[in-house]
Amino acid sequence: MMRFATLIKNPADWMKGAGPHSDVVMTSRVRLARNLRGYPFPGFSQERQRIELLERARPVVEELPEMRDGYSEDYTELSKIRKQVLVERHLVSREHAARSSGCAVVVDRKQSISIMINEEDHFRIQGIRPGLNLTSAYEVVDRVDTELESLLPYAFDPKLGYLTACPTNLGTGMRASVMLHLPALVLTEQINPVIKAIGKIGLAVRGLYGEGTEALGNLFQISNQHTLGEAEPEIIAQIEKVIEGVVRSEVTARAKLKEDHQTMLQDQIGRAFAILRYAHILTSKEALNLLSMLRLGADLDLVRNCDRSLIDMLLLEIQPAHLQLNAARELSPEERDSMRADLTRTRLQSIDGPGSFPPSQSNNGGTTSPNHDE
Amino acid sequence: MKCDVCENEATVFLTQIINGQMTTVNLCETCSKAKGVTEETGFGLAEAFLSPSHRTESDTMEIVCDACGFTASQLKKIGRMGCPECYTAFRDGLDGLLRNMHKGTRHVGKRPSHLSAVAPQILPRQRATTLKDAPTPAPAPAPPLPPPPDIAKLRAELDLAVKEERYEDAAKLKSEIENLQPKASK
Repeated sequence: MMRFATLIKNPADWMKGAGPHSDVVMTSRVRLARNLRGYPFPGFSQERQRIELLERARPVVEELPEMRDGYSEDYTELSKIRKQVLVERHLVSREHAARSSGCAVVVDRKQSISIMINEEDHFRIQGIRPGLNLTSAYEVVDRVDTELESLLPYAFDPKLGYLTACPTNLGTGMRASVMLHLPALVLTEQINPVIKAIGKIGLAVRGLYGEGTEALGNLFQISNQHTLGEAEPEIIAQIEKVIEGVVRSEVTARAKLKEDHQTMLQDQIGRAFAILRYAHILTSKEALNLLSMLRLGADLDLVRNCDRSLIDMLLLEIQPAHLQLNAARELSPEERDSMRADLTRTRLQSIDGPGSFPPSQSNNGGTTSPNHDE
Repeated sequence: MKCDVCENEATVFLTQIINGQMTTVNLCETCSKAKGVTEETGFGLAEAFLSPSHRTESDTMEIVCDACGFTASQLKKIGRMGCPECYTAFRDGLDGLLRNMHKGTRHVGKRPSHLSAVAPQILPRQRATTLKDAPTPAPAPAPPLPPPPDIAKLRAELDLAVKEERYEDAAKLKSEIENLQPKASK
């Protein structure tokens, strides 16, 4: 089995930001909620029942072809910081991380599949892919699910489908969600009508960490709310269609910003870089919002030698638990803000400052260093 | 028919399953409103059956899941079921609730490919023939057959019943276990 340190050291392919529409779509995730017959749901079971289920199910999960030689940990063995790191990497949910005895997580070597045991449901099987690729994320979890169902007796009803603790997940038990980076829609103040329109067709829009969280860093999660009455491919096709529309709007808004508000855009991106590159105190919120602008600058080719994956990794590394893991101790919020700034300065050292859009490209606007030819 | 609470003509008829026994309650419009029975809010099911005033009337009015002991008022409070069998215990009114939440009330997606050949790894004594025998898409919502009783599960329920001081249930479970014992040891 893989060690925690090994898991964290190697970034997953989905963190490196290369997939369909990855200038706008960060990740596609699909999770399936599954339960076993004959056991109460985790929220209503006694500790010993959860432990019994865990002891029987975990070896089965670990031996699935996809999960073999992956990372598997009982929550009683996992520190608060480590659990939080897994949350920040979207490998486990906040709700699951808050639990302890009778809970475990199994992650595959590539960190693209995670199986939470005894979350709200007995199993939450999650697949993550970079960019807009829900179909591929679903294929992965579907395969794992089919293997698991041949080994364990699922709670399934012919009429209601997969039986879940919460009736909102009944049927397919599937939640497909896409993480979007929509800075131009926010800057051009078109985001609210877009969110409203998405809500009207039965999809949910949330912030970075799911329900009830703020849309920091111009990051939005869009997911299906209905799980009963539609087959999985239909649900996925509908979301992908909606997302493609949102991607088009964002791309149009970016082009419009570049066209009509060039100076403002250059100014915002330039300021973002300057603060990130030279600040000594950075709060999480400020860093996420500035990194969002830097990512936009990289996507628009204004920041030249900045790989998108560098920014996406930084977005992970600057989060509280990642910083504390790195420091190997608990940090006060003030210490975190200072370490966050240190890390950001270091990471951006090799990046040339943002230039200006052509035709004034020959004159780089007097930023820190000359642009590299590409 | 007269209202069970006052003398007026009953217009609202509630059917509940309590410990596997069907119980019918007849209410007039005023009383049903007073008890919140006809409220049509998001949580249709919970609202319809479980208004606190309705519950205090008599504890036996409470719907309880036979398999796990989860009660309808717990369902109302947390909006989640106690175990897979709760969907059978609380099936009345479920369609209305699901209609508010989902695109439909009938599952049309993936199905376990070998429903009838599940390897009974977790529950050795549970036979996996239930779903095969269940009438598949029946027009009238046919409740799924409850799984065959399992001693380990009954024991767990018994523990829970004792813990929660539901001694009547406990006695029932105990005799159920005793009835099953010779069969299981065969």
